[in-house]
Parts: sequence; structure tokens; C-alpha cells
Amino acid sequence: MDAWILLLLFCVGAGVGYKVIRQVPSLLHTPLMSSMNALSGVTVLGALVAAAAALSTGHRVCAMVAVALAMVNVVGGFQVTHRMLSLFRSEKGDGGHPRNE
Amino acid sequence: MTLSAYDLVALALVGGMVWGIHWMNSPRTAVCGNLLGSLCMLGAILLTVFRHGILTRGDLWLSMAAGSVAGSVLAAVVSMVQMPQLVALLNGLGGGASALVAWVVLRGDPSALDAVTKSSGSLALAVGAVTLGGSVIAAGKLHGKIRARPILVYHHTLWSLLSLAVTVAGVAAILAAPAGAAAALSLLILLAAFGFGVLFTIRIGGADMPITISLLNSLSGLAASIAGFALRNPLLVVAGAIVGAAGLVLTQHMCRAMNRSLLNVLTGRTTAGPQAPVEAGAQGAPAARTDEARPAPSVAVTLAQAHTVVIVPGYGMALSQAQRQVKDLSDELEARGKEVRFAIHPVAGRMPGHMNVLLAEVDVPYNKLCEMDAINPEFEQTDLVVVVGANDVINPAAATAVGTPIYGMPILHVTDAKRIIICNKDTQPGYAGVDNPLYTHDNVTLLLGDAKETVARLAGELNGAN
Repeated sequence: MDAWILLLLFCVGAGVGYKVIRQVPSLLHTPLMSSMNALSGVTVLGALVAAAAALSTGHRVCAMVAVALAMVNVVGGFQVTHRMLSLFRSEKGDGGHPRNE
Repeated sequence: MTLSAYDLVALALVGGMVWGIHWMNSPRTAVCGNLLGSLCMLGAILLTVFRHGILTRGDLWLSMAAGSVAGSVLAAVVSMVQMPQLVALLNGLGGGASALVAWVVLRGDPSALDAVTKSSGSLALAVGAVTLGGSVIAAGKLHGKIRARPILVYHHTLWSLLSLAVTVAGVAAILAAPAGAAAALSLLILLAAFGFGVLFTIRIGGADMPITISLLNSLSGLAASIAGFALRNPLLVVAGAIVGAAGLVLTQHMCRAMNRSLLNVLTGRTTAGPQAPVEAGAQGAPAARTDEARPAPSVAVTLAQAHTVVIVPGYGMALSQAQRQVKDLSDELEARGKEVRFAIHPVAGRMPGHMNVLLAEVDVPYNKLCEMDAINPEFEQTDLVVVVGANDVINPAAATAVGTPIYGMPILHVTDAKRIIICNKDTQPGYAGVDNPLYTHDNVTLLLGDAKETVARLAGELNGAN
């Protein structure tokens, strides 16, 4: 893909990401960070391609290590985010005092 | 340019990821958002597997399985208190993986290295290595393996600048150098960038860790994104850019909450703590009242008579594992018809939003967790504030103590409340190293000792009063 198109995608991604993430309340900033860990594991796609195209055994091993590391991020990140988000509960029943926004 | 079917699927997957993050704007939809994000990531992996014909590559499936198992175990065993070091570790792994990918690309077939690949590959290698080096140190500091105070080596600034200069020069040289030299230069970049990451993090004090790991979060995304340029992979570029933006939003948020500029944090300025103790705000105030000085029943009466209570938790609560006791106290108070809320300072804890997770773990409903700006105007109508293991975030010296790390930092205005009970371990200055004049105020009762015991005692006093 053309480098200029990638640059455009980069700007769009950063801009949209910035807008969307500003809406996340600070209540959820820790799970947000761990889900960003998971998302940064997207580099596993690059590692897979690099491993498939690797010319030497050394490169292949490097790429395989990259695949494994990135998968730690993907699986660990999403799973721990899920664990944390499951903890957040709203008040059940009545007698509560709604939080002032 | 024509869009292939693959590009369209990739676009849809990115859209799904963004939509998933959008759902994180409320705790009600966040679980679904996270699931959507993970499904899109799974889709992206499968797409890549099919597109590049690696369906039959057993070695790669094995790598993926190994990483997945390791990640799954990590996610299952980590405690909520340890979340900052896990995030720091994952920042590092993400950056490290991207650096490795860039490394393989740069050292691959020299004839395939055009200008874009060389520049983005070397840049991804540099950013990834900085992230890895910095995150290893940050995780070590957060986990208590490395001293939390700023560590300075001989001629620290010189070495930092030198490693940065070598990194930048390496990235520039790789563009100009013949393809054959790329391999040697990439090793130079890797080492220099890793060294820079270590040097810049090791001089940052523990109190600034929320900012540091937010920044490293951003860098880990940036590394993935730049690696995407080298591989011409739009999914990497966009997803990495989103992570980069997210880290930036959090870094900004943390800097604002601590009234620090990013440059100040990175250069380790004002994190070492003041040399001289700060003059107490309340001049001529009596010596700190401890529970010995004040008869115990008064605490019980205060608790029994208060109608509105705000609990201010700090990292000390997490250290003494007193979350359960705090929740019990709030239950006891609510059972007596009192209004209980929690005031959460943005930098309470060791990472953005940490305190909310710790309280959610013990079933405090999230609508009782109030952000600083929402709760500050309400302290005037508050009968009682119970501080549990928090110091810097309630320190009025932040407004007066010029030249200290916390000067200008927005704080929770607990002094506006009618009575304050502070359950802290001791009256030592907090992480920022600034004495807290609050301890000598008239309407403040200090309960020193392990928060787990003192908070439990408060709940006991309440029972005794009725």
C-alpha cells in the first residue's frame, strides 16, 4: 500500500482515536490502558507476515518470539480488561444517591 | 488505488475496534466494547493467516499458542493492586515485539529495502526499544524491585542525550547508508534506544509513574504503527495510531492532574523532593492530635452524628489491603441512613483510574465514585471526611509550598468539610516529600497505624455508639 495512504490512515486513526478516547471517563482509565495494551498487540500481524517471509532461521526465530510476545499482549490485555470491567457494578436497588456529573 | 476484499474486511475490523473503544465511555457498555475489540483482533489475525498463507505453519501457531497461554495466565493471576506493573510490563512487550518485527525487516532481503521501509523500520526499532527499556524499569519500580526514588548515574543528562543522539543519528544514517550497512546500524539503534529508555525512566520518581506508564503506553502504540509503515500493513498503522492517541490523552490528563509539564517529568525535575521541610500552612497550630490525645468516643460521636460522609482513599489503602474494611465502614454508615461517597483524585494510586478498580473489586458501586471536579464543591456540605491512606492529594501545601513537587497540583478540598478523620500509617510526608499542614488542623483527628486496623476500629466505634 502506498506510503501516503498509510500516512493518511495514521492521521485519521490518531484523530478518531483521540476523539473517542477523550469520551472515556477517568473511572475506566485503568481498563482503558490494559485494552490499549491488547490493541498494541496488533503488531502480531506484522510479526506473522515477517515470520512467513523470513529468509534465515535466525530471522524466523526472532519473528516467532515477536509473535509470542505480541500474543501475550493481545490475550493478556483483553482478558485482564474483561476481568476489571466485570468488577464495575452500579448500585442495586434504591436508597442510592446518584453521582453528580 | 483499488480496494481489495481484504482491505474492506480490514477496514471493517478497524471500525469494530473503534466502536469497541467508543463503548468504553460507560461502565454499562464497556464489557461489550472489550469483547467486540477482542473479536475484531481475532478477525484481524485470521485475516492475516489466510492472506499470507500461513495456515499450515505449525511453528507460528505454536508461537501464538505459547504467547496466548502466557498472557492468559498473567491476566488470571495478577491482583488489582498489581495492575500498574502489569500494564507497564505489557507496554514493554508490545514495544519489544514491534522492535523485533522492525529488526527482522531491516535485516531481511537488502534489495527489498526502499527509503520508506528503511526509515520507518529504523524508527519503529528505535521507538520500540525505548518503550521496552523504559517499561522494564517502570515495571521494576512499580513492583518494588527497583528503588522508586529517582536514580541518577554519573553525568546522567549527558548519557541520556548521548544515547538519544546516537539513536537519531543511527536512524538518519540508515537512510543514507548502502543497504548492506542497515544490519550493523540496526544493532546500534537497538542498543542506543534501549539505553535511552532505561536512562530516562530510571530518573523518574515513583510519584510520576502514572504519567510515565501513560507515555510508554502511547509509545508502544506508536512503535506498532510505525512498524505498520515498514510492512505496508494498514491494520497496524491504524490500530497503533489509536493506541498512541490513547496514551497521549491519558498522559495529558495525568499531567494536568499533577500540574506538571511532560518535559519536567521526563527530565526528572522537582521529583527528588524538597530539601527543607515546608512551613506548615496553619502557623502556630497545636501539635498533631492523635487518637491518644483525643478521647476515642469523640470519633464514635462524630461518625454517629454525620449525615454526609465522603471517603478519600489513597494508595496507602491499597498498600495495607484495607479496601474490604473501607467498604464495610461505608456499609455500616449507609445502614444508618447516611450518605456515603468516595472522592477519587485522578492520580490516586499508581496509574490512571487505579483507585476505581480497587474499590470496584470490593463491590463499591461505581456511581458512588466521584471525580475530583465533581466532589470538590460538595465538601462544604459534607459533615465528615474519612481519609484512608492518602496524603499528597489532600495536602493544602500544594497551594502554598512554592518549589515543591506538588505546588500547583489540584487537590481534594477536604478542609472545607466540618470534620476530618485521617487514617494514615504515620505523619511522614507522602511520595512527594512535602509535609502536610492538615495534620495539625483543629477539626482533624488522626488515627495512625495500619489502615486495615484503624478503619475496622472506626466501624467498631460506630457500632458501639448506637
